[in-house]
Amino acid sequence: MNLLEFISLVFSDYTVRTVTMGAAVLGLVSGVLSTYAVLRKQSLLGDAMSHAAMPGVVLAFMLTGAKEPLPLLIGAGLAGWLGALLVMLVVTQTRIKADSALGIVLAVFFGFGLVLLTSLQSSGSAQQAGLNKFLFGQAAALVLDEVLLMAGLGGGALLLVALLWKEFKLLSFDPDYAATLGFPVRRLDIMLTTLIVVAIVIGLQTVGVVLMSAMLVAPAAAARQWTDKLGRMVLLSGAFGALAGIGGIFVSYDVENLPTGPAIVLCASALVAVSLLFAPNRGLVAGWWRARRSRQRLRAAAVLEALYVMGEHHGDALHPHTLRSLQTALPGKDVQRALGQLQGEGYVFHNADGQWGLTQAGAETVETLLRETARE
Amino acid sequence: MTPFQVEIQVIMALVAAACALPGVFLVLRRMALMSDAISHSVLFGIVIAFFIVREASSPLLILGAAASGVLTVWLVETLLRTGRVKEDAAMGLVFPLLFSIGVILIALYAENVHLDIDTVLLGEVALAPLNRFTLLGINLPLGVWMMSGILFINLALLLLFYKELKLSTFDTELAAALGFSPALLHYALMTVVSVTTVGAFDHVGPVLVVALMIAPPAAAYLLTETLWKMLALSVAIGVVAAISGYWLANTLDTNIAGAAATMTGVFFLLALLFAPQRGLLAKALQRRRRRQRFAVEMLLVHLHSHEGTAGEATENCLAHLTGELKWQPAFAQAAVKWAQQQGLIAEQTQPLALTDSGRTAAQQVLNR
Repeated sequence: MNLLEFISLVFSDYTVRTVTMGAAVLGLVSGVLSTYAVLRKQSLLGDAMSHAAMPGVVLAFMLTGAKEPLPLLIGAGLAGWLGALLVMLVVTQTRIKADSALGIVLAVFFGFGLVLLTSLQSSGSAQQAGLNKFLFGQAAALVLDEVLLMAGLGGGALLLVALLWKEFKLLSFDPDYAATLGFPVRRLDIMLTTLIVVAIVIGLQTVGVVLMSAMLVAPAAAARQWTDKLGRMVLLSGAFGALAGIGGIFVSYDVENLPTGPAIVLCASALVAVSLLFAPNRGLVAGWWRARRSRQRLRAAAVLEALYVMGEHHGDALHPHTLRSLQTALPGKDVQRALGQLQGEGYVFHNADGQWGLTQAGAETVETLLRETARE
Repeated sequence: MTPFQVEIQVIMALVAAACALPGVFLVLRRMALMSDAISHSVLFGIVIAFFIVREASSPLLILGAAASGVLTVWLVETLLRTGRVKEDAAMGLVFPLLFSIGVILIALYAENVHLDIDTVLLGEVALAPLNRFTLLGINLPLGVWMMSGILFINLALLLLFYKELKLSTFDTELAAALGFSPALLHYALMTVVSVTTVGAFDHVGPVLVVALMIAPPAAAYLLTETLWKMLALSVAIGVVAAISGYWLANTLDTNIAGAAATMTGVFFLLALLFAPQRGLLAKALQRRRRRQRFAVEMLLVHLHSHEGTAGEATENCLAHLTGELKWQPAFAQAAVKWAQQQGLIAEQTQPLALTDSGRTAAQQVLNR
């Protein structure tokens, strides 16, 4: 299936449209919220909370006996939220650090979820409940009602982000200042955590608990490379998330047996890789390029200055010198290449004897450079 | 108990003990989540190694998996060194990717591969005794050989490098100044974590390795101040959790590894609540006692300063305390009762009167 076929399927086929919409909603919401998680260096809180949601899903199924999405999602949300509160409790009340607290909540809640799931499975009702799909996500099983539910929850979360824009911004960059201004920092913190739980709940059926954490890191990590403004980062991160979601669905339709969750994570990681490498300002390629350019400029300046100083020994700044003597004056530098470039720019000349000298323009440049250095 | 059951418990206990030892250093060095990252990436290593050697029981699989653990650490650090992402995000980017690739490879080639996602995620210690191995004429489950080997290595390394580990964990700068390479120790520790994770992976799956590595040391951290005691306690808690987890699973007919993880959580919770000095209960009691002592001292000083003055009758009565010290009436009454219990205020007098020892105590507070 190529991209065009996929796009036409999105418009014509009910299942493909539903699933794609679901993944896009998930990507958008988790992308927007991941911005705050990444900026506040809490990327791994999402990891812990999504694993912690697992027993909530199974317990909700055991209690209601139904596979209606709403109770399962509420169960997931409550368990994830409880996990986050436990992390906060342990970190604030004991000397155990956040990493250990997150690790414990993540693994123990997940283990407990597996205990519940396995005992359901041995009674044979888990398959019927389709609970397995919560592990790695199974977007293909999404129905329109679930997508609408996801969209409703996600829309609510995004609306809150918009309403509390200023508060969340301050909380992310300078929580101490926010506290001195009288903002209820602790309540805002819990609010933001709750919104992340909402994103996790939305993602459970599509990406699954194990890989949901990636959706709360990757879009923001990618978006961060393109901008230094929070507003643009939030928009970009949401867009990247949605793109990863749709891309994952496309890939998993294209390749048989490909689970959706890992496919979406792969797409999100690809976006991160591209951003890290090719973003205009922070990108690594741009960085290498800048470093190369400044090395070249420094080398050229050193060669010009050496020519000038050596010329002055002869009483004439424009006096030409051999390549060998320049290389002796500037050991370890690729003098020849610098001379080639400078000649192209008209700062040096190359005479018939194979000697190099400053042109008038070159001498003036050196004088300007020397004046600037002297002033500094 | 059948021999089968005994063997499963022995394997679980060995896994728990082997995990707890490096886990202590992960917790102390604030790198607990590295175990999460490594354990997920190990899946990637196992799958890749499997595609190369095409044999599910090859020892090369273990090497490949351990290498992928170290690869994870290296990737995280390389990402960090670019300066474009922070540490938490670097970790959160690397391991889901490697894990996803592992899952995708398994899903795509599931027919040809003797690996499936459920076993990979959950581990199946219940079947471990079926896979046997004879060494020196002793026939034991392969898991027992493997895990006791790993436990032995971990113990040996711990004993050999105890001093170095201790120093670099508690004072990195001093260790570096004395010439112990922090990078070398870091990678050595991460290799140990990787190898241990690989061994444990087969039996308990990637997520529950984290429970066995982190929860017992964290519980022990609340119980002791001494490194070797913390190591011993972690092993003990881990082993007890593993064995009680086995019996829990046996009773509920459920996943053994999940039950063991649940039990590590239960033990951590017990430590969190009831640890003698650092537990929540102990801290609440300490706070209460401090509040009582402070209230009694306030009361004594107040009574003392008005004793023998003209206003004594009005100042030193119970009703006045609520206004003067801004106490709730119930709290004022309680404070008087605490002071009376300690014999610092005379029983049943109005106005309230200090006893001799009460007067001395008030003097002491004022002289402090």
